[in-house]
Amino acid sequence: MKLNVLAFGIAKDIFSGSAIDVELTGEATVTALRISLENQFPRLKQLASYMVAVNNEYASAEDVLQLRDEIAIIPPVSGG
Amino acid sequence: MIDIKLTEEPLDISACVEWVMSPECGGIDVFIGTVRNATKGKTVLRLEFEAYEPMALKEMQKIADQTMQKWPVQKILLHHRTGTLAIGEVPVIIAVAAAHRDAAFDACRYIIDTLKQTVPIWKREIFEDGEVWVAAHP
Repeated sequence: MKLNVLAFGIAKDIFSGSAIDVELTGEATVTALRISLENQFPRLKQLASYMVAVNNEYASAEDVLQLRDEIAIIPPVSGG
Repeated sequence: MIDIKLTEEPLDISACVEWVMSPECGGIDVFIGTVRNATKGKTVLRLEFEAYEPMALKEMQKIADQTMQKWPVQKILLHHRTGTLAIGEVPVIIAVAAAHRDAAFDACRYIIDTLKQTVPIWKREIFEDGEVWVAAHP
């Protein structure tokens, strides 16, 4: 399954763009997405942390991603 | 009542305070974030704020709703700016009105502390010799 993933903050620098396509084989969980992205972009692992958001909500590791979901990588936030 | 805003336009402090004023409230607590000229001794030239807008607005609304449940406050205003801000400019204003001051102080503190943890907004510090996404690395 090919997912489009939005990037913000430093994730945009890491992906060299504001969105990226990710091909997942097998069950498309948040964890599977993270593993795939970290293999492709090892710099993600150097971040203090990062979350995955699905349809504008923070997602859990075991959540399953659907083709039409809006998926985003949320590096450590720093508003205020 | 709750007023949430994310904008590229400068924030208006007096308009924000005026919005939370109400006859049944005896106390207003306001937090104003401003752009500081240095971080760890290094001169900062400007800040750039980026937001994941729909989610940021949703998370800001959640914080305001939670605050209303936790404290007896009448009005909450939460405005945040995006884009490029110069030293001394205002990226965030939080204003809370309550019948009594304890609730206003506690609620205002809770809102800014939670915003910094959960709202998807990112700040990049621009120095003379480089730039860094704040809090990105351990």
